[in-house]
Amino acid sequence: MADPMRIRAQVAGDKATVRVLMAHEMESGQRKDAAGKLVPAWHIAEVTATHNGKPVLTAEWGPGVSKNPFLQFVVKGAKAGDKIAITWKDNKGDTRTDEATAS
Amino acid sequence: MQTRRKTLKQSAVVAGLLAASGMFPQYAFAAFNKEAFDAKTVADVLKAMGAGAPVESKEVTIGGPDIAENGAVVPLTASTALPGAKQILILVEKNPSALIAVFNVTDSVEANFATRAKMGQSSDVYAVAIMADGKVLFAKKEVKVTLGGCGG
Repeated sequence: MADPMRIRAQVAGDKATVRVLMAHEMESGQRKDAAGKLVPAWHIAEVTATHNGKPVLTAEWGPGVSKNPFLQFVVKGAKAGDKIAITWKDNKGDTRTDEATAS
Repeated sequence: MQTRRKTLKQSAVVAGLLAASGMFPQYAFAAFNKEAFDAKTVADVLKAMGAGAPVESKEVTIGGPDIAENGAVVPLTASTALPGAKQILILVEKNPSALIAVFNVTDSVEANFATRAKMGQSSDVYAVAIMADGKVLFAKKEVKVTLGGCGG
């Protein structure tokens, strides 16, 4: 299981800015190892975000996203105390969900 | 009597319903569009996404540094002020695969995303907004990548 994500959801007015830092290697599939063999791609492929259990955002990512990816988005109609949950799934089928409370 | 054929048909229907309601775990995520992520050029990506001809628009903005010191971590933002955006794409023209990320916009989020991308070399970066009415709008910006401090 991968390391936990760091999620911060900041409420301003009726919107919440959500910032997520995920811990993932994001291997591009372009690099070669010491033996000259290609390192196979290993990256987060799908990200979903829910606001109080309701899906608000899905994203598909390629290997071009940086290592330990950062994501920022704005949820409308959010208030302090709301739950923001993020789930990612990588191309090896590993998955992780973390939740944060908006403040 | 229930034949095998009927049983199979029924289970297919149930699976379809589950998939439609998002209850089936392996179908809960949107299908990963491999073709689009394998595409080499901006035009190929848009074709794989089923999008029409892109039009440059001032309503779409791409944000990023003019000069990125480290090509492994280039902060990019893509947004549009227009209502009715369905998908926001971030692309780097000269990367081995141009498409970086696709964001599926819903009514509950603003069409405004920030992430970090890897860039192999100095290139134009694109933000593409696919609108609900089928229009494809884009904005582009040049980002210079300084490799090993030898200047872009």
